Amino acid sequence: MEQLLEQIAICVEFGKINKLAPYPPDMKGQDGADELTGKALDQGISADDVLQKALIKGMEKVGIKFRENKIFVPQVLMSAKAMHTAMEHLKPSFQSGTIRRKGIFVIGTVAGDLHDIGKNLVSMMIEGNGWQVIDLGTDVKPEKFIEMAKANPGCKVGLSALLTTTMGNMEKTVKELKEQIPGIIVLIGGAPVNDNFREKIGADFYSPDPQGAVEYLNKLVA
Amino acid sequence: MRKITEKIRSGHRLVSDGAWGTFMQQMGLGPGECPELWNLKKPDAVLEIAKSYIEAGSDMIETNSFGGSRFKLANYGLQERVKEINRAAAELSRKAAGDSKHVLGSIGPTGKILMMEEVTRDELYEAFKEQAVALFEGGSDAIVIETMSDIDEAEIAVKAASENTGAEIICTMTFERTIEGEYRSMMGVSPTDMVARIPDAGADIIGANCGNGIEGMINITREIRESDKNIPVLIHANAGMPVYKDGQTFFPETPDQMASFVEELVLSGANIIGGCCGTTPLHIRRIAEVISRL
Repeated sequence: MEQLLEQIAICVEFGKINKLAPYPPDMKGQDGADELTGKALDQGISADDVLQKALIKGMEKVGIKFRENKIFVPQVLMSAKAMHTAMEHLKPSFQSGTIRRKGIFVIGTVAGDLHDIGKNLVSMMIEGNGWQVIDLGTDVKPEKFIEMAKANPGCKVGLSALLTTTMGNMEKTVKELKEQIPGIIVLIGGAPVNDNFREKIGADFYSPDPQGAVEYLNKLVA
Repeated sequence: MRKITEKIRSGHRLVSDGAWGTFMQQMGLGPGECPELWNLKKPDAVLEIAKSYIEAGSDMIETNSFGGSRFKLANYGLQERVKEINRAAAELSRKAAGDSKHVLGSIGPTGKILMMEEVTRDELYEAFKEQAVALFEGGSDAIVIETMSDIDEAEIAVKAASENTGAEIICTMTFERTIEGEYRSMMGVSPTDMVARIPDAGADIIGANCGNGIEGMINITREIRESDKNIPVLIHANAGMPVYKDGQTFFPETPDQMASFVEELVLSGANIIGGCCGTTPLHIRRIAEVISRL
């Protein structure tokens, strides 16, 4: 059992989606996250073990390597694909409540900004760490964030911006969220953003990389 | 007019233009507004930007078409107006440049990721071809494919532009410094990787743009030069990293600060120097002064 979980974790870490997937080249022809997860569940390994000991473990390695610039966006995207494929097998267990997520994370790119790559990376990493992610997409108005946050009490919110011009909208969104929902936790990220800016606009956390956000969120629920 | 590459081969160092996006923001471009639509709605403002760089001493001027591919314009429902918008962009810059300065038709990334199958190679090729042809027909004598991070997308864009226009082809990628002090694009591409593939795809000039400021461009240029001694290199650097103050962002490097790195950048092998985000006609004027003295 441990070996099978370990293999799934390796598939997630290196982005091996399924047997047919050509990537990564040195795992060609081998079973991927898809087949191995199916096998694990068939063998009676619990969905929770698959999540905790394979998927989260694999994605954590991805997050750390990405932070250390040992891998780049393409590898993260392939890993996220492998993780998602495995997650599909776990869906019934999430729906029935057999396994529970750590919490809800609402994420979006702020109004006026159409960039989504960074936001997607963070979304994938947080989902791969066992959170339920509600992705509102790009060009998200403050009202939309507030609406979703109100509909999901206790959720944490992540805001992304790539353009310098939309940093002002990030500030506006943080202010309105905090006004409407006192105590709500708001994380920010994006190329032009830094911790100094976070402090100025009153957000709770800034990370230059997705793994920092994962670790922060985990601390909140530890 | 002699080609840019001919001028460089005969020993000239050239000055390119500065920022467009941040300039337009100062002129009132709002967040969420399509910058390229100004070519049709506010042509006078676009022309004013182009003229201001020519007056500052730039040998070439870009076009207001960075997000002018059908994929980017689709965000504003303008995907069927690629030809009109890009032609207008080139015509405006040509008007500012006259017959003696170069017009670089700007093409940015589509925002679609090939390896995630968000788009096919053929779709990318057709979109870049459509944009490049319109820019060429509107009067661009060069096409600059810029801010690229995916080498496959960059290569397809270079091929599409070189196979379908008579323009000189420039391709610059955006590199950031890693923890180990190397330079890589967001997608993991190094300057060395770029040199290995982009000239063969049809680029006459390669280089780097955007990023964290002009100082880092020196090492990037050195790395390019380690693999290729001869290819002309263009650098468009940001005026540093953006700083946020009182609801406004600004780029902190002054014209003098940027100009202080120009000599070393030229010595490291750059042939054309201009600016990216946050640079102004004043920055270009100072860069031009340094280059004229070298």
